[in-house]
Amino acid sequence: MSARSLAIWGLLWTGGVLAADTVIDASLPPEARGRAIAEESERRDSGFGDTVTELTMTLTNVEGRERTRRLTWQTLEGTVPNEGDKSLTVFHEPRDIEGTAFLSHTRIDGDDDQWLYLPALKRVKRIASSNKSSAFVGSEFAYEDLLSDEVEKFDYRWLRDEACGDWACFVIERRPRYANSGYSRQVVWIDQEAFRPVKIEYYDRRERLQKTLIFEDYRQYLDRYWRAHIMRMENHQTQKTTVLSFSTFEFQTGLSERDFDPSVLRRVR
Amino acid sequence: MMLTLASAGVSAEEIDWSGYVSLEPRVFVDQPLFSEQPGAGVFASAVLAPELRYEWNRGDDRLTLAPYLRWDADDDQRTHLDLREALWLRVRGPWTWQIGLGRVFWGVTESRHLVDIINQTDFVEDIDEEDKLGQPMIALERWTRNAGSFGVFLLPGFRERTFPAADARLRGTLPIDTDRAEYESAANDRRLDWALRWSQVIGNWDLGLSGFYGTSREPRLLPRFDAPTGLVLIQRYDVIGQLGVDLQYTQDAWLWKLEAIGRRGHGSTFAAVVAGLEYTLFDIGGSGADLGLLAEYLYDDRDETAPPTIYDDDWFGGFRLALNDTEDTAVLAGAVFDTNGMFAILEAERRVGESWKFEAEVRWFLNVDPGDPLLGGFRNDSFITLRLARYL
Repeated sequence: MSARSLAIWGLLWTGGVLAADTVIDASLPPEARGRAIAEESERRDSGFGDTVTELTMTLTNVEGRERTRRLTWQTLEGTVPNEGDKSLTVFHEPRDIEGTAFLSHTRIDGDDDQWLYLPALKRVKRIASSNKSSAFVGSEFAYEDLLSDEVEKFDYRWLRDEACGDWACFVIERRPRYANSGYSRQVVWIDQEAFRPVKIEYYDRRERLQKTLIFEDYRQYLDRYWRAHIMRMENHQTQKTTVLSFSTFEFQTGLSERDFDPSVLRRVR
Repeated sequence: MMLTLASAGVSAEEIDWSGYVSLEPRVFVDQPLFSEQPGAGVFASAVLAPELRYEWNRGDDRLTLAPYLRWDADDDQRTHLDLREALWLRVRGPWTWQIGLGRVFWGVTESRHLVDIINQTDFVEDIDEEDKLGQPMIALERWTRNAGSFGVFLLPGFRERTFPAADARLRGTLPIDTDRAEYESAANDRRLDWALRWSQVIGNWDLGLSGFYGTSREPRLLPRFDAPTGLVLIQRYDVIGQLGVDLQYTQDAWLWKLEAIGRRGHGSTFAAVVAGLEYTLFDIGGSGADLGLLAEYLYDDRDETAPPTIYDDDWFGGFRLALNDTEDTAVLAGAVFDTNGMFAILEAERRVGESWKFEAEVRWFLNVDPGDPLLGGFRNDSFITLRLARYL
């Protein structure tokens, strides 16, 4: 399945040629219109194959103290019905978790499959995927912010169109359909030209605004696929921030299913 | 620490290193059982454990060198040097080769690792049997799309288990003479052992089957009378055959786990099982922290001719708390409940700054029956390890 991770990469493809309103039928009811926007966003990212990037996470607390994590992130586009993307992250810093790997197989029709590789014991552990709302390595990103972005995982509603910086955006609301989400809903700004996510607001289970994610520094690859290279997550309740800064993405590097199998985790670094 | 970093991720040739150096004093709280052992107090120890890697062919070939050096102020057997890894890892399409000294882990349970059999236990490191010596191996594994992964492991050369010195803590009731191991195999420690492994993920099931034929990693301990020292134990390594299965079913926040083995070669053929579950409360109270609850039942029907174990009919219960904070603060606590006593563990860790880590580990013997042949000799050896490590 194409499954663009709206949240993690931000996307966009050809776009440009067709005006947005010829793609999204404005006469649709808000629910169908919201979903059509999400589907178009995913469609435009389909066919990317696989990507490899290096990522620096900068965690800043209330006092302004910074901590960094450095990791390699590999993604394989899902091609089988009901299977979403597969992703493999390998930590390089901090040094005490160097070589630790996190493997995720996203499923469209059910719980994701996740494994952790612990290099000190050479041990591969299948872990429960109901960790959706837990913090990813102490950051302001929850697991679900990074991994669960298939179209089928949400119910949608178009809210309005409005300007977002230099662009015109669709503003849609989406409510998680999967279990164990930490959110009641999310509000997503998607640009009308290339269907890239620009901003996401996350509302906690009590409907309070919890976090805001901003996508910046979009660059286009293979004349089609857009990737944000900076993602800023601000937690309004804790005043902490996490900034993801991506290196140049490599596309279609020849990764295959076997590179995302739990049995090969021990050879990653 | 990459010396040369080519384009992101798909790097060309590079040298890379990691590892740590640590100070890890141990505190023994009780007076010893045996007069030759040191009294209660703090005992210094330090570890140097660097790991050097060299990769080429876009990472499809990798040489790893991981020496491990421990110095211990009290126990001259614990002061030791090992090569945890000196390994050539070679990936060719679906095939993975491992040639050299390496470490292989199989299994799913927490309290005991029944199925995990490739490597010898480095028992002087810790009594939880999770530290292992590097094992000489030629291993070939084949990944398949629909039928799981198959592995063949040829294991030339055997490593004896390490044991504390006769005048050190945690030596047990009788001292072990580590210079007099006996083998069933005429080839002694040069026998070519082998193992097979198949593993596959099928939906929510993670399944593994393994077979081993060779010198047992577990020694029997046989009494011998020595003129100057009196009664000692020597290690006797039998040739065994072992079949193992490991199984995990993952559903929502539940992990259901099973490991079972059948083994022949020490006296009667016997079976052993660990079965249990792990249930995790995620994001407790919206804090982002996770609390995992662990419960396992252990059964082992080996007779007295086999290497001794405490896990004949025991329960294990514990919890794992991960704060998921910036410092990755985590606590693991648990206890094995045996008819003749209780063995409790506590492990707490927290990163300090960017590259330091502090850990505290407690190993506690409680209400141990002095007459228990295995636990009895350890009943005054409860200890705490404090570890401050600098990661490289």
